[in-house]
Amino acid sequence: MAVMEMKEAINQALKEEMTRDEKVFILGEEVAEYNGAYKVTKGLLDQFGPKRVIDTPISEAGFAGLAVGAAMMGLRPVVEFMSFNFSLVAMDQIISNAAKMYYMSGGLYNIPMVMRGPNGAGPRVSSQHSHNMESVFAHFPGLHVMSPSNPKDAKGMLKSAIRCNDPVVFLENELSYGMKDEVPDGEFLVPIGKGDIKREGTDVTIIAWARMMSLAKTAADELAKEGIHAELLDPRTLKPLDMPLIAQSVRKTNRVVIVEEGHFFCGLGAQIADNIYTELFDYLDSPIIRIAQSENPMPYAANLEAATLPSVAKIVNAAKHVSYNV
Amino acid sequence: MASVKNEVPTIAKDKMLEMLEKMLNIRHFEEASIKAYQQKKIAGFLHTYIGQEAVGVGTLAHKQPQDAVVTTYRCHGLSLALGLPPKAGMAELFGRVTGCARGKGGSMHFFDKQHNFLGGHGIVGGQFGVGIGAAFKSNYDEDNAVSFIFFGDGATVQGTFHECFNLAALWDLPAIFICEDNQYGMGTACTRAIANTVIASKAEAYGCKGYTLNGMDLHEVHDRMRDIVKEVRSTRRPVLVHMKTYRYFGHSVSDAGAYRSKEEVDSYKARDPILAISRELIDGKSITEDEFKNLQKKIKNQIQEAVDFADESPEPPLEELTQHVYMDEVGNA
Ligand SMILES: Cc1ncc(C[n+]2csc(CCOP(=O)(O)OP(=O)(O)O)c2C)c(N)n1
Ligand SMILES: [Mg+2]
Repeated sequence: MAVMEMKEAINQALKEEMTRDEKVFILGEEVAEYNGAYKVTKGLLDQFGPKRVIDTPISEAGFAGLAVGAAMMGLRPVVEFMSFNFSLVAMDQIISNAAKMYYMSGGLYNIPMVMRGPNGAGPRVSSQHSHNMESVFAHFPGLHVMSPSNPKDAKGMLKSAIRCNDPVVFLENELSYGMKDEVPDGEFLVPIGKGDIKREGTDVTIIAWARMMSLAKTAADELAKEGIHAELLDPRTLKPLDMPLIAQSVRKTNRVVIVEEGHFFCGLGAQIADNIYTELFDYLDSPIIRIAQSENPMPYAANLEAATLPSVAKIVNAAKHVSYNV
Repeated sequence: MASVKNEVPTIAKDKMLEMLEKMLNIRHFEEASIKAYQQKKIAGFLHTYIGQEAVGVGTLAHKQPQDAVVTTYRCHGLSLALGLPPKAGMAELFGRVTGCARGKGGSMHFFDKQHNFLGGHGIVGGQFGVGIGAAFKSNYDEDNAVSFIFFGDGATVQGTFHECFNLAALWDLPAIFICEDNQYGMGTACTRAIANTVIASKAEAYGCKGYTLNGMDLHEVHDRMRDIVKEVRSTRRPVLVHMKTYRYFGHSVSDAGAYRSKEEVDSYKARDPILAISRELIDGKSITEDEFKNLQKKIKNQIQEAVDFADESPEPPLEELTQHVYMDEVGNA
């Protein structure tokens, strides 16, 4: 175990997988000579050379498409989007090619490809640079979607993603890259589709992922002071969802708050809530409350940005509400 | 395609002074914005135009009121060159309701309807469609406008550049594609990103004309662009103008710029257009040293006023959070 930042944990996963399998290579803007726009790929060029660590021009559709073709022919590309905002430029390649290829070729061509990079709000980067993409990608069959909330999970999840024979969208957060925690040395895998209880509790299940788990933890601390014991559930993989784990927790607490950074309408939380209503209706003592980003593009102004995003206070409030404790 | 520096200044003294003032205005605005960023009054990304002033000022000197302009996130300089009041720009950077986009857009998204400034755009290549759309409108309404579409060297390898240039050529859209080639897209030298760095030659692929200009030379930019704008206004054919320029600071304030040498940066600073033009005007006795100093002082004061104005302005009221998502109220919301 070593204590390291989230970006170092991701870096370690990349290095280990590139060492393990020479078919793995990484490409993206500024990943090589600049060591990554957020330094996630630091040292990769030095260790693996320009054949496997490749700086691309600003041509997202082109290099994402290239990765799909390379994957069809047996390589295992890791595509870094400098941020997932720019994945929108490559959307056709991701949705119409990567996600559909295995199925529409009748199982002839699978796409062992990872697309990774920061997702969601950065600090004050306004409307075109703050997209949360999980709900969009999770909509399409053919893609897995993963999003770690801490350094340890990030390492284990990314290693599994790289070994997966299907395309995986791996969503990180710029605002969490500096988060520090203990990370296991060497081989450590978090299986795709396995969630995790981050804190046991009895009164309410708070489902949150990625950066939202940090907010949920603070909220749980505050709730504990008032005698409400929240269970914190991190699905980690957003598609497929770990429904057995969710069911186990809901059966225990009978109350649910779902927190996501993305927009409310058609947000992933709506799908999770629907799954719970369908499978666990009889176990609920209260309607589920969803906390999500408000229904407006991200504004630049500090006060409006804060009002747009989920907050600890909003989570605490929601937890009290479902506990009929306001 | 390349041109030689004009021997005789062809620009009237008043015009030169006006352009010098505009360049100084941009330079001091950007310097003040960097300072305010360090004081944490501005957040997010901040991409300055310092070093590239001659391109914007020399080109937009030929903009007529009906013309449209669109650019990247590096948008402060062009807005100011068009006449955006520094107060409205600085307040936008501070995220205040008095800003040119009511504090909602921030550094990358300046807009100014009065000057048909269709925005600073954050996605590389995202503005091409907007620019040719404005050119399309001009043909539609027969208003004799042209469209100024600014973009970086890094954007020439995005699909949208090629799609939009083809559309403009196919449909005779009066679009002036101006590549501000500062030789880097973030930390990537253009030779590592662009297979053919003779940017102007890309126009030939679409049966159009391309020009290469020294973007550090205000005379050259101003004089050549006068002819080019005139040409596009009458022929309604798109052109591609390759402006060789340089940014003195990092890509944005967070970029230390380790990928370029100090010598390289200094070699461009030695050709600084503000330095060159002020010297020329002083040497030619168009203005005295003192008059130049006073001009600088006047502009610095104006920028300080803009900073104070921004600082004192209120944030947008919370009611504005979901305002401007849609214009029409529909349904039962
Ligand atoms: C589609 C897209 N990909 C990546 C980015 C991140 N990015 C912002 S600016 C930039 C470099 C652009 O360079 P260039 O076009 O030369 O313009 P300059 O910044 O030099 O003016 C990059 C990669 C982006 N904003 N949009
Ligand atoms: Mg550039």
